[in-house]
Amino acid sequence: MKIEISEKSVRNEIARTVEWVSGQNLFACYQCGNCTAGCPVSFAMDLGPHQVIRYTLLGLVSEVLASNTPWICASCLQCTSRCPKGLDIARIMEALRTVVLRKKERLDHISIVDLTDDLIDRTPQIAFISGFRKFLS
Amino acid sequence: MDYLYFPGCTLYTKAKNLDVAARECAKIVGFELRELPNWTCCGATFPLAIDNLMALLPPSRILATAMEAGGNLTTLCSVCFNVLRRTSYLLESDLEKREKIFDFIEMEYRDGLRVPHYLEILRDEVGFETVKAKVKRDLKGLRVAPYYGCLLLRPFDEMRFDDKENPTILERFVESIGCEPVDFPYKIECCGSFQSVSAPEVAIECGYAILKSALKNGAEVMVSTCPLCQFNLDTKQREIREEYPEFQGIPVLYFSQLMGLSFDLPMEILDFQRNDVDPLPFLERKGLL
Amino acid sequence: MGRVGVVFCLCERLGDSVDKKAEGIQETIEKEVDFNWLATHPGVCTKWGIDFLIKAVREQKLEGVVIACVAPKSVGPTLKKAIVRETNGTVLTRCIGLPVGNPEPSTQSETVETLKRSLDELRNEKSPQRAGPSIERAMVVGGGIAGMTAAIDLGNGGYETILVDRLPSIGGRMLQLSETFPTLDCAQCTLTPKTVETGQHPKIQLRTYCEVEKVEGKAGHFTVTLRRKAAYVDWEKCTGCGLCQEKCPQKTPSVFDRGVGLGKAIYTLSPQAVPNKPVINPETCRYLQEGKCRVCEKVCPVDAIDYEQKETFIREEVGAIVVATGFDLYPLSQIGEYGSGSIPDVVDGLAFERLLSASGPTTGEIRRPSDGRVPKEVVFIQCTASRDPDRYMPYCSRVCCMYTAKHAKLYKHKVPDGRAYVFYMDIRSTGKGYEEFIQQGMEEEGTCYLRGRVSRLFQDGEQIMVWGVDTLTAKRVEIAADMVVLATAIIPSEGAGILAQKLPGVETDVHGFFTEAHWKLYPVDTGTDGIYFAGCDQGAKDIADTVAQGSAAASKVQALFAQYRNETSPEAQGQR
Ligand SMILES: Cc1cc2nc3c(=O)[nH]c(=O)nc-3n(C[C@H](O)[C@H](O)[C@H](O)COP(=O)(O)OP(=O)(O)OC[C@H]3O[C@@H](n4cnc5c(N)ncnc54)[C@H](O)[C@@H]3O)c2cc1C
Ligand code: SF4
Ligand code: SF4
Repeated sequence: MKIEISEKSVRNEIARTVEWVSGQNLFACYQCGNCTAGCPVSFAMDLGPHQVIRYTLLGLVSEVLASNTPWICASCLQCTSRCPKGLDIARIMEALRTVVLRKKERLDHISIVDLTDDLIDRTPQIAFISGFRKFLS
Repeated sequence: MDYLYFPGCTLYTKAKNLDVAARECAKIVGFELRELPNWTCCGATFPLAIDNLMALLPPSRILATAMEAGGNLTTLCSVCFNVLRRTSYLLESDLEKREKIFDFIEMEYRDGLRVPHYLEILRDEVGFETVKAKVKRDLKGLRVAPYYGCLLLRPFDEMRFDDKENPTILERFVESIGCEPVDFPYKIECCGSFQSVSAPEVAIECGYAILKSALKNGAEVMVSTCPLCQFNLDTKQREIREEYPEFQGIPVLYFSQLMGLSFDLPMEILDFQRNDVDPLPFLERKGLL
Repeated sequence: MGRVGVVFCLCERLGDSVDKKAEGIQETIEKEVDFNWLATHPGVCTKWGIDFLIKAVREQKLEGVVIACVAPKSVGPTLKKAIVRETNGTVLTRCIGLPVGNPEPSTQSETVETLKRSLDELRNEKSPQRAGPSIERAMVVGGGIAGMTAAIDLGNGGYETILVDRLPSIGGRMLQLSETFPTLDCAQCTLTPKTVETGQHPKIQLRTYCEVEKVEGKAGHFTVTLRRKAAYVDWEKCTGCGLCQEKCPQKTPSVFDRGVGLGKAIYTLSPQAVPNKPVINPETCRYLQEGKCRVCEKVCPVDAIDYEQKETFIREEVGAIVVATGFDLYPLSQIGEYGSGSIPDVVDGLAFERLLSASGPTTGEIRRPSDGRVPKEVVFIQCTASRDPDRYMPYCSRVCCMYTAKHAKLYKHKVPDGRAYVFYMDIRSTGKGYEEFIQQGMEEEGTCYLRGRVSRLFQDGEQIMVWGVDTLTAKRVEIAADMVVLATAIIPSEGAGILAQKLPGVETDVHGFFTEAHWKLYPVDTGTDGIYFAGCDQGAKDIADTVAQGSAAASKVQALFAQYRNETSPEAQGQR
């Protein structure tokens, strides 16, 4: 329940990478939670999109990267469309995925070998392509 | 009135029922879809990382090919439409990226290419009045829930397709072919998109909420515009029913299939076999066949 | 004009940044600008700075002087007044701005250009002449609480005052309110004495149902043309008996009741309206629209109805003008995610005030506009279209935290078994007694505050689905509400921009609020002497602040009249 923050943790290097890759200023977020309120999949997230921004900004990056949030995000842009501060939260989600996927460990978030024949048979190509683009390194 | 047509990866295979009917209907209302030469997959996602130029190459190449061929480029799948429209916006507005990309693909950028959606062509060039004039089968009283999803509408500044909170183009389309549009709040909510391959349980919730909302508001069928939405809303009804046994189901048609039906196109073209929830028994009961 | 001088204030309080800048451009100025005398000073606005200026003006025999400093809006008026005083108004001054920070070449050349322009202006300005005393009559435009306060103060000061309002009667928005924070006293009981006093004041002349058509002249001598709209009722004959309103068969949603009540085609705004004379709304009147009806004409005992009445124009000569045109609320129709105004039980704050008002359409009972049911779950959403730079208004509307707390309380008093939820981002309760008011609402009335915004509202069967968030638990919140009240942004009243264009030298900001001459020192002054403003047309504020501005504007007018009477060279003097 306690965190220590300092000049080193606030907007730390990973936060700056997220800002750079997403093109968004995390300090612009005033934590109104509108993104979480309208997110169609936030029910399944460990952290709401607004929390992800807060955690990243304060330097609680390991918590964010361990959360399922960026991997549950469907890039539907509802958050982006309604953020009063004009933040493109979907881009922040993408940046967080990027931070993980661009590591040399290649932490893929879909396992192709586990896809069932039935699923492959029924699913349109675009679902795979976009899913792979989002979740494979 | 000809358009270059980008079918994308799915339209000639899993979403044939969207493609064939749409092309037939186009001829009837007076325009022709010419397949874009040498097309490739668009990548199926617009890259949201601003440093990801790689993912912009395929859509840029597709747009450049269209620029070379001359004419405007249309498409049917919402995913492709989103990727092409956003890329085209980016190429127009970000000269630095444009230069880099075009240097790389070794093609020439030419101004003036428009990327209208098929529905925009109906609305802005053909006119819904013309569509209406071609209707042969009376579908009066059929209550249709028009489903938009995300990719046609968002981000609004780049897509400029329709009002982002309350779009109406599909309602006007549905009216033009003699059906009754049903307003339902989930028409702009996400179907779960590609989560159906990575977190299927999440996508099922999304799909269920949308279908339930349409039914609650009195819809008899739903129309979609996109193979991915169609998958989450139609194909996945089997899984939804497993999760929610009381869910009664609802046929989901591509808008082009419904248009084809109203134009009285033959059943081979409408290809309802490809829809998981077969709409025919319902349409028959309703006396519309 | 004879010799002119230029003084650069180096402002020692800001270190050497200004110093360098002045040095940097000194050369350019000497080369390019035509003047007779140039000096720098470390602090012109100080006592010894002013002494320096006056001495220089005398010794150098200057007839005009341009002072360049970093705070021209606050320093200029003081220097100007000092020079006028000491030189008996024979020396003209201009004060121009110097940018703070590093001397960029572009800002440097801008400064040089401004300097040249000011010198030209000085040279072209005629030597100050005595304009004679002001017309000691004032006009107040807008009869809300701000305008009424200004008019009463002016009247009490002995000045004849014309109070203009575009509505048929005075009172403004307060007339629509139920009870007011932080005291919860009845708005009518606060307001009616004021409207009555205004109406009966021997020095105040009401010009309601009028709009400003044209303004000419300058401080002390304005000529204002008013357009009196056609009321279709002869107010000279009308006794205010109210029979016409009673019998009028045409009922349409009333603008005054914010669409939650019906109004007649011939109407007054309230039974206690001042003046208590009706007008016919030509857009809804059956006779004026369809040529059939004339019921009001038949029932009027004094033959006051006049369907042929035309608009008229009135000219008024006044010495000063106070603009107090108040506010509107951001239109629900523009808020797509909240249903664009198409959900009947989603209303704005003023509509809720009408429902709360004993004189309102439900005689003070809280009932849903859709079906008249008493709502048991009511959601209030603060900051709707406020503090939203990307989509709506970037600013805080200042009164919503307070009136929402008030609404929740009053709702709870009327529906004890109901629940009020308030979505908020921050609570801003900075007035006297305000924080206590908020806390009392939470503790004693059990108002459930949820910290977060609401992303979307939609009709879901009989209820309204609210998709919000409570960021304190970090959970997405769904509420199936019976009614939703939106605290929408305060915006300038419609037409404020057009009015500003008619007023010489008066400016509005990007949102349409009137711009004050100085953010802190001249809060009710426009850019033009003799024109002031008060109330919500300058920015959102509560009644107490509005009233304070009304009185402030009135005292500015009285000071202007006195100055013009006493000083030898009023024009050079001005108030600032
Ligand atoms: C829902 C709600 C509840 C509130 N509750 C409280 C409360 O409890 N306590 C509190 O302290 N404050 C409250 N306020 C704030 C309060 O209403 C304002 O502070 C006050 O009404 C401002 O008065 P005003 O005279 O500046 O403007 P207004 O009351 O708007 O008056 C302006 C007048 O000018 C007239 N006018 C406008 N344009 C023109 C024109 N072009 N020509 C001629 N006439 C024109 C209008 O007809 C109107 O009569 C509330 C506000 C809202 C929205
Ligand atoms: S909607 Fe925007 S400002 Fe509000 S919490 Fe989300 S990112 Fe921050
Ligand atoms: S883009 Fe992602 S985070 Fe944003 S609303 Fe959609 S699913 Fe939620």
